[in-house]
Amino acid sequence: MRGIQQLLQQHALFQDLPEADLTLIGGCGENCVYNAGEYIARENAPADFFYVIREGRVAVETYMPNHGALCLQTLHDGDIFGWSWLFPPYRWTFDARALEKVRAVRLDGKCLRQKCEEDPRLGFELMKRFARIVTERLQATRLQLLDVYSSERPRTAETRQ
Amino acid sequence: MQDFVLLAANLDRLIQALRAAGYQVMGPTLRDGAIVYDEIHAVGDLPQGWGDDQEKGRYRLKRRQDGAYFGYAAGPHSWKKFLQLPRRPVWQAQKTGHSMQITAAVETVPAMAFLGVRSCELHAIAAQDRVFVTDQYRNDSYSQRRAKLFTVAVNCTSAAATCFCTSMQTGPGVTLPCDLEMTEVIDGAEHFFLLRGGSADGEEILRQLPLSPATERHHRLAQDAVRRTAEQMAQGPRHFDSADLQALLYRNYDSPSWDQVADRCLSCANCTMACPTCFCSTVEDTTDLSGDHAERWERWDSCFTGDFSYISGGAVRADTRSRYRQWMTHKLATWYDQFGSSGCVGCGRCIAWCPVGIDITEEVQRIREAESG
Amino acid sequence: MTPAIYRIDSRVEEFPGTCTVRISPESAGGARRCSAGQFNMLYAFGAGEVPISMSGLQGDGSYVHTIRIQGLVTRALHRLNEGDSLGVRGPFGCGWPMDKVAGRQLLVVAGGLGMAPLRPIVQALMAGSARPASVQLFYGARRPQEMLYAAEVEQWSRALKVVTTVDHADTGWPGQIGVITKPLGAASVDIENALVFLCGPEVMMRFCIQVLLAKGVATEAIYLSMERNMKCAIGHCGHCQWGPNFVCKDGPVFCYRDIRPWFDIRAL
Repeated sequence: MRGIQQLLQQHALFQDLPEADLTLIGGCGENCVYNAGEYIARENAPADFFYVIREGRVAVETYMPNHGALCLQTLHDGDIFGWSWLFPPYRWTFDARALEKVRAVRLDGKCLRQKCEEDPRLGFELMKRFARIVTERLQATRLQLLDVYSSERPRTAETRQ
Repeated sequence: MQDFVLLAANLDRLIQALRAAGYQVMGPTLRDGAIVYDEIHAVGDLPQGWGDDQEKGRYRLKRRQDGAYFGYAAGPHSWKKFLQLPRRPVWQAQKTGHSMQITAAVETVPAMAFLGVRSCELHAIAAQDRVFVTDQYRNDSYSQRRAKLFTVAVNCTSAAATCFCTSMQTGPGVTLPCDLEMTEVIDGAEHFFLLRGGSADGEEILRQLPLSPATERHHRLAQDAVRRTAEQMAQGPRHFDSADLQALLYRNYDSPSWDQVADRCLSCANCTMACPTCFCSTVEDTTDLSGDHAERWERWDSCFTGDFSYISGGAVRADTRSRYRQWMTHKLATWYDQFGSSGCVGCGRCIAWCPVGIDITEEVQRIREAESG
Repeated sequence: MTPAIYRIDSRVEEFPGTCTVRISPESAGGARRCSAGQFNMLYAFGAGEVPISMSGLQGDGSYVHTIRIQGLVTRALHRLNEGDSLGVRGPFGCGWPMDKVAGRQLLVVAGGLGMAPLRPIVQALMAGSARPASVQLFYGARRPQEMLYAAEVEQWSRALKVVTTVDHADTGWPGQIGVITKPLGAASVDIENALVFLCGPEVMMRFCIQVLLAKGVATEAIYLSMERNMKCAIGHCGHCQWGPNFVCKDGPVFCYRDIRPWFDIRAL
């Protein structure tokens, strides 16, 4: 338990959280290991956890019937995976698959959800920190959509003379 | 320095002396309803007795009451067309099997004498010199023409309503070196030129002319004529303080006035063609039908065209707002950083030759007013 | 200024539409000094000239250029084969400030074709010159198949810290999938000692600069290479003006501190 708390303390997401909060969150966490190819999350399945990736590559994917799994993004050491536990209906919107051996801390969102409801201060604090991750991902996604390395002109831009 | 008097009746002697010295004399002449610059063979080619009436988007020839030879203001042409040719061959390439030869175009560069260069125009030539001669790289075509140039400057005694050289500190009196400096004076029945040599070549020409020494009175009449011109401009609506232009424009890249001027500007490029300092050019590469012979030509270009700022994918300056802003900010602000002077000499050509009457001095004022709210 | 005639010694198709050529002068002449970040004007017979950056420093009078089909002239250049000739004027412009590299934590950040003008830097580092304290290379591209110098990047990654990221790929691709700002944001940067060389599409450079500034990297520690229309390459034709700068002779490599006021003005 002590080990998990220490691990979390070093992560930017939990920086400067009061000791008591860290203890509480740490109490909801456990170390886990996924082997290459193993699914960490499946689209539409209940999203009861989120993950601090300590080591290894994780692919965030969606399945296309005529293509197979399409990787949208890879996550790496230090990245957080999963925010679906925070929002109803608490189900994953994408697959997450270990591309190699992945070590992570799995945090019990279901348990944290409960605690956030009871303690709005903690709830707001976590919400702010997750909102930051969400905006960073959104920004990256938009940049990806820009297709900046293409020699084609952006399709969304108005036609210039 | 000794000044001399040349009677107007002897002006042709000056032209012939220049021609005899091997110069192709370029000067003002009437053509297509305007006073333009072209080759002058004799005094009869000059626009004697003609002046002009200029305003925003307006240029009309006007008969003068007197017989002045240089009684007009800046016309549609500037001297730059003789120094930076509007179109010139750069090189020729010949393909032979897998290889090619490229040969630079050989120009026969004439020695030219510009007759009737105003002070604002000397400043314009000096501005182009800083681009093509004394900057990091030399433009050989321009430099060769420039090196052989003989300049007969005239102190300006007739400003148009569009002139604002006093605001840009470029005139009306001659302030830069020239080979000969003259002032045209008409006092009653008396019509003469006060002449002064500005170089050894100039002195040499002077020696061939029927001159008499200038007196105090000649000097006074000449100075009065230039002073009156300066006063006329200083009292006109286009006079302004240009000291802060660079800072003003650098502060106002987002001025709403750019949108207003863009509503009127046609992006027609007239101002850049008429401007005596605008130096932008582009190149055209062509091949003949056999595909074995290629040529490169250089021609004047304008920052108002869409192609001008094209990089893969599109134009950087896609709209008129950004193009007008580029042109005006370059003239009045970035030019200082690039070449240590203003790119505008206050000749007013861009005002008269704008088909919709956009006035650069008014635009300065508009930016100022928008800024002060 | 007329082009010198060069001949294509070797030509490698990096991926469809993009090739790298090594060219040497047809007639013997002194090798002209050139530095990474500078460019040549390459002339395709009858089609015209385009500015192409140095993609390798040979030191023997030959040049290496990577050409992507973007328009008429690059299409004509791309069509040339080994043994064919082309015209070359150059080298022009200011390159990367290699004199500042010694002892610094160097971050080389390349996007797409922006790897081309940075390749000589990495090659020099691989050869042991410039002596930075450390090197990290971030290379973003569209797809793994559209990465330049793939075999070389693989070699580099054995000696240097290399992070590659692409917008789209199958999971068989060993690099990251996403955008370059993410690994750049996650990189450990010694803000006191960092030096950044950045080249890619302007929008990509803008986002990278945001990330770097947010990390606390100083504006004077960021160098970037700009692209504008160029015809003459010697400051005469006026096309490449960007505020008071002529990209051809004042750049194409600029220190971000010096151009910061201009960088954010749109349609400049």
